[in-house]
Amino acid sequence: MLNELDRPIQREVLTLCVNGEDHQVLVPVHKTLLEVLREDLGLTGTKHGCELGECGTCTVLIEGEPQLSCLLLPIQIEGRDITTVEGLGSTSELHPLQRAFAELGAAQCGYCTPGMLLAGRALLDQNPSPDRDQIRAALAGNLCRCTGYSKIVEAVELAARRGGAE
Amino acid sequence: MLRLPRLRYLRQGSPGEAAAAAADLGARAMLVAGGTDLYPKLKRRQFEPDTLVGLSHLRELREVRGDAAAGFEVGALVTLRAASAHPALASAHPGYAEAAGLVSSPPLRNVGTIGGNLCVDTRCNYYDMTYEWRKSIGFCMKKDGDICLVAPSSPRCWAVSSSDTAPVAIALGATVVLAGPDGTRELPVAALYRDDGIEYLAKQHFEVVTSLRLPPSDGVRSAYVKLRRRGSIDFPIAGAGVALQLDGKTVRWARIVMSGVGSRPVEATAADALLVGKELTPEIIAEAAELAAKPAKPLDNADLAHFWRKRMVRVVVEQAVEKAAARR
Amino acid sequence: MSQSSDELSVIGRPLPRVDAAAKVTGVAVYADDLNLPRMVHCRILRSPHPHARIVSVDASAARRIPGVKAVLTGQDLPIRFGIMPVSQDERALEAEKVRYVGDPIVAVAAVDEEIAAAALDAVSVEYEVLEPVMSIEQALREPPDEPIHDPAYTHRPFNVHRQLSYEFGDVGAGFARADYVREDVFFYQGNTHLPMEQHSAAATYVDGRLTLWTSTQVVHYVHRALAKVLELPMHRIRVIGAAHGGGFGGKTDPFAHEIIVSKLAMVTGRPVKCTLTREEVFYAHRGRHPVLMWIKTGVTSDGRITAMHYRSALDGGGYGSYGAASAFYTGTLQTTTYDIPAYKFDSVRVFTNKAPCGPKRGHGTPQGRFGVELHLEKIAHDLGMDPVELKRKNFVEPFTRAVNWLRVTSCGLEECTRKVLDASGYLSRDRRPGRGMGFAISSYMSGAGTAIYWNDMAHSEVQLKVDRTGVTAYCGAMEIGQGSDSVLASVVAEELGLMPADIRLVTADTDTTPVDLGSYSSRVTFMAGNAALEAARRMRNLLVQAVAEKMGVRGDLSEIEVRDGRIGDFSFEETCELGTAKFGALSTAGSYRPPRIGGPFKGSGVGPSPAYSYSACVVQVGADARTGIVTVNRLWIAHDVGRAINPLLVIGQVEGSVYMGLGEALMEEQTYRHGRHKWPSMLEYKSPTFLDTPEIETFIVETIDPEGPYGAKEAGQGPLLPVVPAVAAAIYDALGVWLDEIPITPEKVLRALEARRKGDVPRYGPKAFPTFDFGEPIRVQPPDPHDMRIGVELEEAFRRARGVAAGEGLRPADAKGGSPPSC
Repeated sequence: MLNELDRPIQREVLTLCVNGEDHQVLVPVHKTLLEVLREDLGLTGTKHGCELGECGTCTVLIEGEPQLSCLLLPIQIEGRDITTVEGLGSTSELHPLQRAFAELGAAQCGYCTPGMLLAGRALLDQNPSPDRDQIRAALAGNLCRCTGYSKIVEAVELAARRGGAE
Repeated sequence: MLRLPRLRYLRQGSPGEAAAAAADLGARAMLVAGGTDLYPKLKRRQFEPDTLVGLSHLRELREVRGDAAAGFEVGALVTLRAASAHPALASAHPGYAEAAGLVSSPPLRNVGTIGGNLCVDTRCNYYDMTYEWRKSIGFCMKKDGDICLVAPSSPRCWAVSSSDTAPVAIALGATVVLAGPDGTRELPVAALYRDDGIEYLAKQHFEVVTSLRLPPSDGVRSAYVKLRRRGSIDFPIAGAGVALQLDGKTVRWARIVMSGVGSRPVEATAADALLVGKELTPEIIAEAAELAAKPAKPLDNADLAHFWRKRMVRVVVEQAVEKAAARR
Repeated sequence: MSQSSDELSVIGRPLPRVDAAAKVTGVAVYADDLNLPRMVHCRILRSPHPHARIVSVDASAARRIPGVKAVLTGQDLPIRFGIMPVSQDERALEAEKVRYVGDPIVAVAAVDEEIAAAALDAVSVEYEVLEPVMSIEQALREPPDEPIHDPAYTHRPFNVHRQLSYEFGDVGAGFARADYVREDVFFYQGNTHLPMEQHSAAATYVDGRLTLWTSTQVVHYVHRALAKVLELPMHRIRVIGAAHGGGFGGKTDPFAHEIIVSKLAMVTGRPVKCTLTREEVFYAHRGRHPVLMWIKTGVTSDGRITAMHYRSALDGGGYGSYGAASAFYTGTLQTTTYDIPAYKFDSVRVFTNKAPCGPKRGHGTPQGRFGVELHLEKIAHDLGMDPVELKRKNFVEPFTRAVNWLRVTSCGLEECTRKVLDASGYLSRDRRPGRGMGFAISSYMSGAGTAIYWNDMAHSEVQLKVDRTGVTAYCGAMEIGQGSDSVLASVVAEELGLMPADIRLVTADTDTTPVDLGSYSSRVTFMAGNAALEAARRMRNLLVQAVAEKMGVRGDLSEIEVRDGRIGDFSFEETCELGTAKFGALSTAGSYRPPRIGGPFKGSGVGPSPAYSYSACVVQVGADARTGIVTVNRLWIAHDVGRAINPLLVIGQVEGSVYMGLGEALMEEQTYRHGRHKWPSMLEYKSPTFLDTPEIETFIVETIDPEGPYGAKEAGQGPLLPVVPAVAAAIYDALGVWLDEIPITPEKVLRALEARRKGDVPRYGPKAFPTFDFGEPIRVQPPDPHDMRIGVELEEAFRRARGVAAGEGLRPADAKGGSPPSC
């Protein structure tokens, strides 16, 4: 571990398109997308629970597909649209999923929520009226310790009924 | 946060060039496709390259070509999700598609590749731990240490083969195409693995898997059953991939291959032989499953008690044979 | 004061939580989201040995690494701390001895995490490795090398930390008159909270003032610990609770990393942040104690309990944490559900070389509840009775006092039971091998009646400021996802005729908010809620007075309506101006301190609560006899919450508790192999995913408790408790075997089936309770079951009984016990 400090750092200038905005960043190539979003772009809405791909907390959308940002290198996804929770909606204009989560109590501590919302968004974009089994299967890579999942499933259903796909 | 070590990331123009770059760098380099297996391991310092030779930009490896009649050539960079959802592939070889769809969890399958899953590192819960944890226990034979912690008097490593797609690929008689610095070669998936927890792949470290070739579907029925603790995320505790062909009610041939029971996918050749020419009654299936489970030797280095895992091998084999037989 | 539901405008409505928007848009700021100018990052070197003496620490090479700004060792933080006054046994960095793999030794602050982590590798520590103690049985014997803690601290033999023994009433006589007596042994393995958010804290030290942002449940206790260890006065320390990503009891201790970043901020003059890796969260732990239990109960031939003797042995890990209380909790609350005329309770907590155990949702009661519920199931079967019938026969009556002096007020046990039995069809269920239903009940405190450290002050304080810009409520209570912010806002809004979104909240900031002890023991709705109620009613009176004067109303002001944003003839905004004009600055305060409830004996402070919630649960399982795999198909839970201040939030807490109970029942375990945590990872530590959690049908029962705010009681912990025994009972129903050990994994089910096939007792579980001499119990006369006195009246009665004159200080005998560790 100590000897790693002797290694040179390969830095890259990368253009990352995040939530519809282009950002040019100069980052070490070994910094994961999770770290670049949070530490270089100040987008701390994307959370982390394990950094090993075991919990789903760090889920972002890459071209609309849920992927684990803790296991992505920006250099591998340069040029592909990245959506984080900040790009889903704002307090002035909540996405139907955000509204449904708020209304039904699907967010308690809120820490798994960004990842859940994005996984839900990807599902509804692909399948505008999923049944409960499909919702559970699509979100099965996202862990939550607060809700017991029921309200999250109901919120995705509610958002679907309200036309949650964009 | 757990972070990756400093790394260089190289992008070469073709699989052959990637192989050449990796060969030149020797042990300093590792190939990486999606990275979903490698990056956690790098964060835990289970591998310590200083250079990654990236493959994910090689667009030509992201295609699925062929059809049920001619067989399929599945590019190594096809994601597990894409493979599991590919209509023609899933229809022709449902066992393979379902295995791909059972790997880990949905977001991981959107990045993890079929080539990567064939090459997934063997696992052991003395080994798949952080650097600090492994240092505290004195490391192990597979990385930085001298002994196998699950079998201290053993001269070899017992890390477990954990690929979900390999068993079905082997059962189907699939082959892989490998690209080296000087050309390509093709070998049966069955020959891709070695019975060792450390050197578990029978290819050079620098050889790039470029595609998986699945045979024509031609009356072949396939299935994969995965046993894991939870409905998502977990690796297989035991898995059975089955391919078989029936003449009416009798078995023309059958191949049963198991994951999670040894350092390589294990083919139950005795069980295969037993089934030939037989009608698939519950009794015959049970007898075959019993035979299949015999060579399975789970050790105390994975989830749940190994006596239970051993018992479950025959259950997953039975279920997989039944599921395959019921296809079409 | 109780109000009927139709008079209430806010209370009882399923409104979205007040912090919902921040959470669903990702703008809530959690501790690791903080990024302050010139911030440095801290990583901690932890012991690789379960038990060792530290011979030397050489951090010189680490200090020389470019980018390293400071290194701390145990010499820099020698003062001990701990959550409980009787267990001040931790150091932020150990200098003498390490007691579990993960014990902190050295801290490095560097310009980035990478350098800090690498620098840890450059620290060399020399250890004298000692033989570890890794089980309860080992801890109760002569240690191979040396005890884990100095005997001058524990005053106990071997590795015993605490022990207690009580006898309420005469159990000997109780057993003598029983027609049937049964003994059972159970084991409940340890597990952990696994919050999605890893612990994180950031500190600055500017101008002699320390500020710490942290993910905690208890800003006040952290505040006290910082003052003690850093030797700073409390008014020079500010602790701010950052947005909180899950605690469940895992963030109720002051932690080493909080003290370390504070010290590093003082040393470097720069902001310092430390976020634990997931592995480190497993080492921070403070989770469910592994508990061995032995229970013996006597019943009459028709199933009425005549006496119970309960013993528990807790595996406490390396330090005290809340353990002194945990031991009590394993055996104290049995009596809040069942009428037990004579009760003997012994408990011993031991130290082992594992991560320290503490409070996890339910805090000691899930283990005891599992044991007692299954034990009564077995008795019922022995008597040929339906277990539901036997349990129901022994249900406590509302408004009675238990044999151990715990005071039951509102009690919805019967109603909860009826609801789940009806919804599930349990009594008329289709009996088939491989399918089963199980029933269990339980109860939990709405806040511990005694504070962690003895004092005469309120447990929760709320201040309100009203001015021409609106209302602000200040309270030290910590929102941990349970909805405490929403409860505060709802109570204030209800009283002032507003909506919760109209109430500005300032919470969990020790500079600005009055003290609330913290979000643990399910105390916040009850205690902060009552404090808020008092403050809000005082404010309401002031505002009504100002309006009355303006309206020319005299005498009875009750006709002035406070509702829908208006007070009398005026809008709330106008009222604020009237109030300010009349009184000047409008500021009120409210507080709540639980009255004295516990009995007249040492140790009576643990267990009493101003009110108990009640829960009943039916679980339906499929259990495969061939594989041992158990699937929970459906679950019905009824919870007596007193009054649901916000049903949306209550249901969320109930479902979350149920989910955690299922996880514990079937897959979660914190186990050790070769002296260390077997698998400190989120992959290997199994917590249920979407696909492992069944549909949950929740019923809210409201008994309107006389002392809860609007009648409210707790909802955050109680519903976990019945789930675990209900699962075990369902498995017995399905397969005819008893799983007397948690978690219930497939191999254990198979072993139990094997035992039955061989003609042995059809169970899997521990064989025996270890031999331990608990000594003479403290014998306590039970109270009159109808004696509902509390507070001053009760204290008076005790004084008279002891012959102590009024005015002489009577410190409840549970206040202190044991002496501080030698330093």
